[in-house]
Amino acid sequence: MTERRRIQVDYLARVEGEGALDVVIDGERVSNVSLRIFEPPRFFEGFLRGRDFREAPDITARICGICPVAYQMSAVHALEQLCGVTVDGPLRTLRRLLYCGEWIESHTLHVYMLHAPDFLGRHSVVELAQDAPQMVERGLRLKKAGNAIVALLGGREVHPINVRVGGFWKIPAPAEFRALGETLRAAREDALATVEWVAGFDFPDFERDYELVSLRHADEYPFNEGRIVSNRGLDIDQRDYHAHFEEHHVEHSTALHCRLRERGHYHVGPLARFALNFDRLRPAAREAATRAGIGATVRNPFKSIIVRAVEVVQAIDEAIAIIDGLELPPAPAVDVTPRAGTGLAATEAPRGLLHHTYRIDAAGLIEHAQIVPPTSQNQASIEDDLAAFIAPRVALADDALRWQCEQAVRNYDPCISCSTHFLQLSVERR
Amino acid sequence: MNTVTVIGIGNRDRGDDAAGPAVIDALAAAPPPGARLLTAPGDMLALLDLWGDAGHVILVDAMAAQAAPGRVLRLDAGDAALTTALGNFASSHAFDLAEAIELGRALGRLPSRLVIYGIEGEHFDHGQPPGAAVQAAVAEVGQRIRAEVGTCTKHP
Repeated sequence: MTERRRIQVDYLARVEGEGALDVVIDGERVSNVSLRIFEPPRFFEGFLRGRDFREAPDITARICGICPVAYQMSAVHALEQLCGVTVDGPLRTLRRLLYCGEWIESHTLHVYMLHAPDFLGRHSVVELAQDAPQMVERGLRLKKAGNAIVALLGGREVHPINVRVGGFWKIPAPAEFRALGETLRAAREDALATVEWVAGFDFPDFERDYELVSLRHADEYPFNEGRIVSNRGLDIDQRDYHAHFEEHHVEHSTALHCRLRERGHYHVGPLARFALNFDRLRPAAREAATRAGIGATVRNPFKSIIVRAVEVVQAIDEAIAIIDGLELPPAPAVDVTPRAGTGLAATEAPRGLLHHTYRIDAAGLIEHAQIVPPTSQNQASIEDDLAAFIAPRVALADDALRWQCEQAVRNYDPCISCSTHFLQLSVERR
Repeated sequence: MNTVTVIGIGNRDRGDDAAGPAVIDALAAAPPPGARLLTAPGDMLALLDLWGDAGHVILVDAMAAQAAPGRVLRLDAGDAALTTALGNFASSHAFDLAEAIELGRALGRLPSRLVIYGIEGEHFDHGQPPGAAVQAAVAEVGQRIRAEVGTCTKHP
């Protein structure tokens, strides 16, 4: 008779939000992996219906305390596209600066506070701080630099309030940008040291051949704009997203799963962006990656921690360059007049592609909203990773296997709050 | 005069989670001499910077629903049972109040005196005001903090 094992972790810590993971092992075979998200749906798309289109950036910013800028950016781009308005010049550049801030704070939170303890055999950053306080202090300094950008340009550090359709409500004074530039210059060494630190971790021997999906822009590492591309030939306009991707319900999750209509599961986030845009990295970020021993394509999801650290270097250098060449816009925003229609746009949230679709009427009231967050898109990839990762490791003791499974889930920095909230992990061996 | 930093933690737009900021509002209506009043909307890591090198800090936060909405708990960071008690504080984030306090302790960045007032909540729904029991507790905690600040600023 085949032995069935069940390993259970009641609460998977160090992820944003709440869910559960069930793994069933029959003898030597992994027979089921289910990332169960049981948080009740949060109905943000429903809240948006009937609201004025100008309210979308403030409402969607409330979806996540870690990546609110991403929600604001995808919302304003979709609505501006709908209204036939292009925001360019200094306003566009300042949006990139704001996005730099979010990447720095979100990636640094994950690298230092949530993921590094896994690699160092610590249960939490508190344990890490007891052994290596200088490392944790460095992470706190770096995160603070990201917070400073979001606080200045977003109006406050959490749930920024200064973003509007057409631009910003208020542009900070030049002296405030100069002070921010000094903060970022001071943080640059911390960012470079972070790449070196995480590159020295021990990584499990594990790779997967993902279909990697991200934005690609003509000459920038992607934040706000670009075509949606993949390493398997996908190359589409953002407006054609729904023709190629579809959401579907699975019984074990209140967050919708996603698939490419033609080929199924895919992977979004730092690994995808990095592989598809390595040639768009700023020189210091590319050099840091090379020194860390990673080339253009990283197939080991555990090494996403290195890629996040490289992207922090990228975001800091980008932010410094923007501030050094700062040109202030003549007005904080351009006028946007509503017209009936549908607008679609994607931007690169720290965790990956974030697509928004809005339909509004001639008065500017939202009739339909559809938001596809990166964690929803990665749910199937997380389950595939775990099935492939556990298979050659079924002989491991339950505690060791549980530790590595949790670590593998955290490779995705899953933001379950965004996709719907609590992660419990159970492994059943039969 | 000694100063006391009072930080209200919570989201004003999520029902009883607004307890912390509501206590700050109540104190701000007639600010107690020597008190520095701050709010922290959600990023618990920011607490370490918010209190900075302050010597005396009072935190106010909502606690998860158990059996008695509006129940008030006063903890001292020196209490041995602090971590267990802090497990009752509500957080939807990856990094919670207990971890922020223990991280501060590990990094030698805890104020020399840190007091935490917890107010038990019941409903944490989006867009709702705090319930009647929590509103009554907010008034009570405001008065207790006002008295505590008065005593501490007069008698170091």
